[in-house]
Amino acid sequence: MASTIRVRATNNGDITEVQALIQHPMDSGFVKDAKGELIPAHFIQELKFEYNGKDVFVADWGPAVSKDPYVKFSFKGAKKGDELRISWVDNKGASDTTTAKIS
Amino acid sequence: MNATPGPLPTRRLILQGAACVALIGLGNLPFGSESAHAAANDKYPEDAFKQKSQADAIKSLYGRPAEPSDKIKLDAPEIAENGGVVPISVTTTLDKVTSISFLVAENPNALAASYRIPEGTIPTVANRLKMAKTTNVLVLVEADGKLFSATKEVKVTVGGCGG
Repeated sequence: MASTIRVRATNNGDITEVQALIQHPMDSGFVKDAKGELIPAHFIQELKFEYNGKDVFVADWGPAVSKDPYVKFSFKGAKKGDELRISWVDNKGASDTTTAKIS
Repeated sequence: MNATPGPLPTRRLILQGAACVALIGLGNLPFGSESAHAAANDKYPEDAFKQKSQADAIKSLYGRPAEPSDKIKLDAPEIAENGGVVPISVTTTLDKVTSISFLVAENPNALAASYRIPEGTIPTVANRLKMAKTTNVLVLVEADGKLFSATKEVKVTVGGCGG
């Protein structure tokens, strides 16, 4: 299966800008389906970006983060060609991991 | 609209004023004496995400009130046509930032997202949040052991929390 995570990491001198888009329903637990039954909450709780074995950015999310979440941040100290490791885990214990090359 | 001949107040000043008004109430709340470490921990702050009100979420996450700061720039739309996808970003010139959190006052649970900012990471975050209705978006920035905030009202035409 293709990864749920799409990442673009671009290095510009000392600063690396990271944009990530993740496929996830992010169900809030407040929405009803066609039968009028509540769709249980299903959302990513933790999204982690690691560079060189160290966390560079960690997101703790609740169900109020939009469907197919997007996040952007920047960090210092990385080089072009290096790898960034991205992983998430949701409230049902599902997870996904990928790596992205910094360009 | 504005008939004053003098220099126009800057947008930032207006926002700052709004932030002060919104936070006067928060500042007076009797916060508990729990230590302010929750967000700095590397554990998911489950309890904070369960709190209904903004004040309780801040208390659970940081254990202290925040003071408004003009060194935080909160970027959110004036009007969000779709409350399910509201783009919100923040940048700050504060030093030694360790975490940034977003709260939506009138969502069923106020805390939306909390970001841990390790050393070397620039304190700038963009993300997209759901908003149930027109309300204030509050951003908290933990910097050098202190807690700062900025706020902005976003008008929502179609809510993003279902129903």
